[in-house]
This record gives sequence, C-alpha cells and structure tokens, in this order.
Amino acid sequence: MSNQPRTTFDKIWDSHVVVEEPGSPTVLYIDLHLIHEVTSPQAFTGLREKGLRVKRPSQTVATMDHSIPTTPLHIPISDAIAAKQIATLEENCREFGIPLHGMDSPNRGIVHVIGPELGITQPGMTIVCGDSHTSTHGAFGALAFGIGTSEVEHVLATQTLLQSKPKTYAVNVNGRLSPNVAAKDIILALLARIGIGGGTGHVFEYRGEAIRALSMEERMTVCNMSIEGGARAGLVAPDDTTINYIAGRQLAPQGAAWDKAVAYWRTLASDEGATFDKEITLDASTLTPMITYGTNPGMGMGIADIIPDPMSIGDVSERNTLIKALNYMDLQPGRQLLGQPLDVVFIGSCTNSRISDLREAAALMRGRKVSENVRVMVVPGSQDVKKQAEAEGLDQIFKEAGADWREAGCSMCIAMNGDQLQPGQYAISTSNRNFEGRQGKGGRTFLASPLTAAASAVTGVVTDVRSFQ
Amino acid sequence: MEPFTTLNSHLVSIPTENIDTDQIIPARFLKTISKKGLGQNLFSDWRYNEDGSDNPNFILNAPESQGAKILIAGDNFGCGSSREHAPWALMDWGVQAVISTSFADIFRNNSLKNGLLPVIVDEDTHKQIQSLVEEDPTTKITVDLASQTVQLPDGRSVSFPIDGFSKTCMLEGIDQLGYLLKQEEKMLAYEAAHPARVNTLGE
Ligand code: SF4
Repeated sequence: MSNQPRTTFDKIWDSHVVVEEPGSPTVLYIDLHLIHEVTSPQAFTGLREKGLRVKRPSQTVATMDHSIPTTPLHIPISDAIAAKQIATLEENCREFGIPLHGMDSPNRGIVHVIGPELGITQPGMTIVCGDSHTSTHGAFGALAFGIGTSEVEHVLATQTLLQSKPKTYAVNVNGRLSPNVAAKDIILALLARIGIGGGTGHVFEYRGEAIRALSMEERMTVCNMSIEGGARAGLVAPDDTTINYIAGRQLAPQGAAWDKAVAYWRTLASDEGATFDKEITLDASTLTPMITYGTNPGMGMGIADIIPDPMSIGDVSERNTLIKALNYMDLQPGRQLLGQPLDVVFIGSCTNSRISDLREAAALMRGRKVSENVRVMVVPGSQDVKKQAEAEGLDQIFKEAGADWREAGCSMCIAMNGDQLQPGQYAISTSNRNFEGRQGKGGRTFLASPLTAAASAVTGVVTDVRSFQ
Repeated sequence: MEPFTTLNSHLVSIPTENIDTDQIIPARFLKTISKKGLGQNLFSDWRYNEDGSDNPNFILNAPESQGAKILIAGDNFGCGSSREHAPWALMDWGVQAVISTSFADIFRNNSLKNGLLPVIVDEDTHKQIQSLVEEDPTTKITVDLASQTVQLPDGRSVSFPIDGFSKTCMLEGIDQLGYLLKQEEKMLAYEAAHPARVNTLGE
C-alpha cells in the first residue's frame, strides 16, 4: 500500500490515523483546533457536565469574529445577547487555559484569516473548526474541514475525531488567468459547473498551472469556497509559494525545527500516477469575471452573460429552484446583470478580506468617489490586515472615496452583528454565500471578486471591471 | 441523546432543493449559548411575516403539520454552514427524522450526533412519499432504524443506508464521545510517535 502512488490527501489522512477498527469510522488525530464564540459555548457546557478538561490547550486557539461589532473598539457592545456570548468565550478560555485573541488583541480577526497570519496553519496538518469555511486552510496543503459543535466537544476532550474517509476529487485548472480575472472567479466558475452539491463526500485537490501561479492569499480564496461545492475540504499541495509565506511568522517553526518541517512539507505533493475518484478540468484562459444571480453560490455566470431562463431547464425541481431564486432576487431571465443598480457594496469576509484583496479594491477606488447611491463597507479580515492596510494608506483611499472603513470581523458576510442589508436591497459582496437572507432578512446578494465589487462601488451598478476606466 | 428505534408519524413536506442552514435557522439566532428553544425560530424567514405574525402559506404553520415527527425535503438538504443549531432547531420543533435524496456532509454528521435520523431514499421513493403527503397530509409512514427501512402505507418497504457505528449509537442513544475517550491510550501512543506540530501558546 505504501508503494502505491498517493494523493496529498491520502498522505495526510494516513499519517493521522490513531485507530482503525472494522465497523467504526477512523479515529483521526487533530493537530490544530480553532474556535470562535458562536459554535463553541455548548461544547464547553458539555465538557463541564461530563467533568472533562481540554486535552491540548496548546493545540487550540480561540478568537471572536462572528457576532462582534465592527464599530470603533471603544464603543461597548450594545447587543446584550452577543455580549454574553463573547463573555462566555472569554470565561471558557480562561477556565480551560486556551489562548484567546480577544477584543484587545492585535491579532484578533476572522478565524480563517488569523490562523495563516500567525503561522499555525501549516502543510500536512489536520485542522478543524466549528465553521464550514475551515476549508480555507487547505490552501497550505493541510486537511482542514468544518465540524459541528458536538465534534468541537470531541476534539476539545480528546484531540481526536471520528471520521469516515472522504473520496478525492481533482480540480485541474490549466492555462493562465486573463487580466482582471481573479481567484474568486475560478471558484465561482467551478461552482457554476458542478453545482453546490457536486463535491459532497469528496476532498478537492486544486491543481494545474493556474493554481500554481496563485499567491497564498489567492489560494485561500479558492479553497475557502470548497464547501460551497459541498466538498468536505479543498487543498493545494505545498510548494515554494507556501513555504515562503509561512517563513518567519510568529508561531511558525524556527531553526532546526523549520528545516525539518520544510523537508516534510516537500514530501506532501501528490505522487506521479496517483489517482482521484473524480476529476474535472477548467481552462483558466477562457474565464471571465464571474457574478452570481441566484440564491446559492452555484448560480453564477460570466459577468456579461444573461440570466438563464427557467423554462429552458428540463428537470422540474431544478426549474422550480431557479424560479424561486429569481423571484426572491426580483430578476428577469434573459437579461444581463450589467447595469443592475446596487444599494450596498461589501468588501470583506474570510473569502476576500486579506491585504491583497484590499490593495486590489483600493487601486480601483484611488482618486475616485463611490456612487452616491451605494453604501460601501470595507471590513478587513483581521486587526493585522487593518494595521497593514493603514500603514499603506489604503484606509485613506477608501475613506476619501466615501467608503466606510471598519474594524475586523465577519460583519455583513453573516449579518449577526447589526451590519446587514434591509429587505429588498441589492448588494455586491466579496463573501461566499448568497443564500436567502444571508446578509440580512430579505436582502439580495451578488457574489463577485474584490475587483468587480470595487468597480461596481464607483459606478453604483453591476460593472464589468474589464471595461472600467 | 435519546435512543432512536422506530418512528411512526405523519410528515411535513418542503419540496425545495438545497435547503441551506441559513434557512433552517438564520444566523441572527445563533447568538445563544444554549441548545434549547431554537424550535421557535426554525425556518424563521419562511415561517413568519415581516411583522412577526405567522405566514399562513408556509407549511409549518398549517394545522395538519402540527405534531409531525418526519420532515421530507428536497435534494442536498442542510447545505451551507456547520451550525449544529440546525439539527437542534429541527429537534426542538419535534422533527426526529428527515427524508431526502441526499444530505450535506456536515449536517448529516451533526444530525447523527443528536439522534436526528437522516434518511436517504431514491428519487422515485422520494416522489412517491411526497405525493402521498400531498394527497393526504395525515398519511403516516414508519421509519425503522434496526431494519433500516421506511415502510409505506401500501406495504412497500424501502431500505436506507447508515454506517453501522452511527446506527448502533442511535439505536442505543450512546454519545460518540464515549468511544473516543476509551481510545485515550492509543491517542497518547500516537502523540509519543508524532510530536506536536504546533504550539499555540507560543512557548
Ligand atoms: S467571514 Fe463569513 S463565512 Fe467567513 S467565518 Fe465569518 S461568517 Fe463565516
């Protein structure tokens, strides 16, 4: 078995098996457990009820991102229920000895942004979090996946998880991206092809020339939305880009440990001849900027394409799904989205809130004003990103353009903290989910890249960044 | 977790595909630190009008839906976020089994850990059950876990898949954490052979 060519996924899985008994799922060792305020309280309650401790606090890290406000830090949290949830996380971390990047930490931020920033997201690791976008960390060649609160409790108590082995799915992206076509467009194009259930039960491995050419931040954008394809996880085999990104980070290995780690990471690429259970190939050179028109991330199209007509769909339930979606979005089939008036532009979320995303958006907004008709929110993914952006003067560019520059957090991606759409409003958003009500009850979301969002912020309507002057 | 053996009940049918967890329980209700009481916000955005009154057109508000313990819904049920609040909300409302042609992975895992049974049936069976409910909402079916079958009123019995481990845990009401705790020695042996790859405490 060891002589058979293996995929990156197989290698990571095999090296984390603690117990394999016939008739039971595998007991898998977890290297790193990330926690946040929303999906952890009930897990800690479970530990207390059973008289259990946290097994490995030093392989656990907590932050607060979902329900916290993005208003200036000196303003107290006005939502009493959110404040209670945040205080509960603080208490739990104190009681169980878990390091916490709380409201006063310069390293606080969206959990999937800070893991890589701190240098704790590393190739070959198993990483879990009570959050489906844990797939983001797969960009480093880690096996990273979202879990529920019961499983959070399992990992806290035992540092292991029961898992049945997923299948593998190669996503080959050949060729080169054209200018103004972003990593976000690759993943939206994949989702438009395979649909939101297309990856169920599988782990994606993103491969090919276009993926190799992406920066780490761009790879994170792609891996982030693996879950939108229903995949358990998504990953990119580590290479020099990966290793250079991790080098020198706060909690990355140092000295001899670094050399040893790098040597190990270099063994993780899928072997020549390794086979995948499923495979798909995209040609990056044919991709255009993408936008979604419906109420799930698989309902996407090229920015200049026309909204599909439900009557052209044979399958009845698929047709009904599209009719329902277009009703909710109040959009007509057979038309383009270009020129569609917007109310809000949101640049942020664990998909697109890193420094390179903000640089791209700022480059388009520099010296311009955002349209009077739109409210534009720019929410950095972490306090680190915020600091870096401010050092580069990006905050000034956004503010002078008339955009709102906020503190780090999930914000309008999930609309738990008061940053939300009003019923009927249209938003272009760099986040990952356009489900009904996701950004506020009755709100309507178009998912797109930071470039498309920034160009549309200036014009106030859905805009093709390729023709934006 | 309560044991799940056999269930005989009428059904609620929501034929929509890809029902995501943001529909099952919108994010604004996730600020709770408890598992309880989420049932009143189950399908909140579909179930209540702008002013908070019941939306009479939503099936959960129909008199015939009350007391139903089985939900039948479209393909890829529970996609989206990992929130375990989704099965908690369903169970708090009274649902004990969900029938669909497929489930999102995390939702399925979460459900099995809470005693909510995800039942996967083929498309034809799915259609048949749906039309039975449409014709007569009082139609009862039986979901039997030991035999892994759905028993229809016409006497037909359709089997559904579940892994043996989850099945035993569900039948006996066992928390899976117990199994993991028993593996501690092997976990420690693993750690001895594989030194920690990371130290979040930074020491
Ligand atoms: S930014 Fe959005 S998708 Fe990412 S972790 Fe926060 S809520 Fe989830």
